[in-house]
Amino acid sequence: MPTPILTPSSLHSGRHTTTLSQSTNTTSNQKPTMASTGLVLLDFWVSPFGQRVRIALAEKNLAYEYVEEDLLAGKSDRLLQSNPVHKKIPVLLHGDKPVNESLIIVQYLDEAFPETPSLLPSDPYARAQARFWADYVDKKVYDCGSRLWKLKGEPQQQARAEMAEILKTLEAELGEKEFFGGDHGFGFVDAALAPFTAWFPSYERYGEFKVAEVAPGIAAWTKRVGERGSVAKSLYAPDKVYDFIGVLKKKYGIE
Amino acid sequence: MAGSGELKLLGVWTSPYVIRVRVVLNLKSLPYEYVEENLGSKSALLLGSNPVHKSVPVLLHGGRPVNESQVIVQYIDEVWAGTGPSVLPADPYERAVARFWAAYVDDKVGSAWQVMLFTCKTEEERAEAVSRALAALETLEGALAECSKGKPFFGGDGIGFVDVVLGGYLGWFGAVDKMIGRRLIDPARTPLLAKWEERFRAAEPAKGVVPDDADKMLDFLRTLLAWNASKSK
Repeated sequence: MPTPILTPSSLHSGRHTTTLSQSTNTTSNQKPTMASTGLVLLDFWVSPFGQRVRIALAEKNLAYEYVEEDLLAGKSDRLLQSNPVHKKIPVLLHGDKPVNESLIIVQYLDEAFPETPSLLPSDPYARAQARFWADYVDKKVYDCGSRLWKLKGEPQQQARAEMAEILKTLEAELGEKEFFGGDHGFGFVDAALAPFTAWFPSYERYGEFKVAEVAPGIAAWTKRVGERGSVAKSLYAPDKVYDFIGVLKKKYGIE
Repeated sequence: MAGSGELKLLGVWTSPYVIRVRVVLNLKSLPYEYVEENLGSKSALLLGSNPVHKSVPVLLHGGRPVNESQVIVQYIDEVWAGTGPSVLPADPYERAVARFWAAYVDDKVGSAWQVMLFTCKTEEERAEAVSRALAALETLEGALAECSKGKPFFGGDGIGFVDVVLGGYLGWFGAVDKMIGRRLIDPARTPLLAKWEERFRAAEPAKGVVPDDADKMLDFLRTLLAWNASKSK
């Protein structure tokens, strides 16, 4: 697994503001190019949904201000005002306008910044396929994975069987392609699924299975996406995810 | 860019997900062949076209399947972008808002609808699902005010994405209203939605596809529940 650049402690040091240009050698009071996109991301370090947005922003080389919401401590006023309906991260603020729901945010970035590399392909049929499979990832992966670490006994066995089914289905869809995006390259479905690769080792430990045995094609894809810059810098090491699950279990009183 | 190739829609006349696609096809005056599926005995075409979910609607365009109703609606909007009104707005931010509320409808209203009709085992469970639906509809009342800005629909002057997504459920709402003896879209609680419902039902693209016979829907429900029960034996 790739070693991510960031650890939770570094998130508060302010270094997570990315800029389009490397040199900010200006004598004026100009802020770095972050100001020209006006993008702010309210996020939580380990959230796979937030990471989708970080991946998309990186793929598009868009500057933004990252704001860590410490969800275990409580939710900020800004978050509650920006997403009053769900009170969840990620929230993308573009100027003062909030965009919510990770896949909606990614599509928004494609449409609002059409000059940047797009994650959805241009052909309508290919777009429909991409939306279908991103929806499949959304419906299946996190929920089933959560049941793997929350439950025991028969329900956990059921989750394990379901996860195998999900991984095999995704493997069949990937086929011989390098990325789910096919001819388009790294795309919408890849960005949707990539963050969960940091959770796979936890799923494997709780579910007592190996992705490489159940769906070797997905294991190979995991390695490939892990090497991609946008993904490597957005994800945390699997053992950090595992530790986080431990924190969650304690918080919710799950054995 | 108009699409070449014939359109065929596999559906079930009561499905909110199918109805929304039909409204959009009507909105754009697109001719299509409609195939009523028997959920108790799904066709080979359905199972082959949607092997992952095995559900309706399935849109076949020149024989190629498109699945998942919100994906289908966006596909139609994009392929037939020059034909008839657009379902999604042009502005990227407004599109994001429309997608947000469409997702909310299926997430909150849709999940409660499933429980109250198909999966609840007790009257308590049904009542709890009804409460959740009512709460979601109250939130949508606010969304309608915001999105419509005084105009007739979520989409403004004309029917849009959120309208067709929510509108698909109206047939079942009529049946539920009869079952529970009160209205889900209650003019006293959600007056804007109540007026919106009348307008949506009366709109040309909705004619003939939004069911208005509650008894017929309740008969369908009984048949469906019987199929499900016999399958699990």
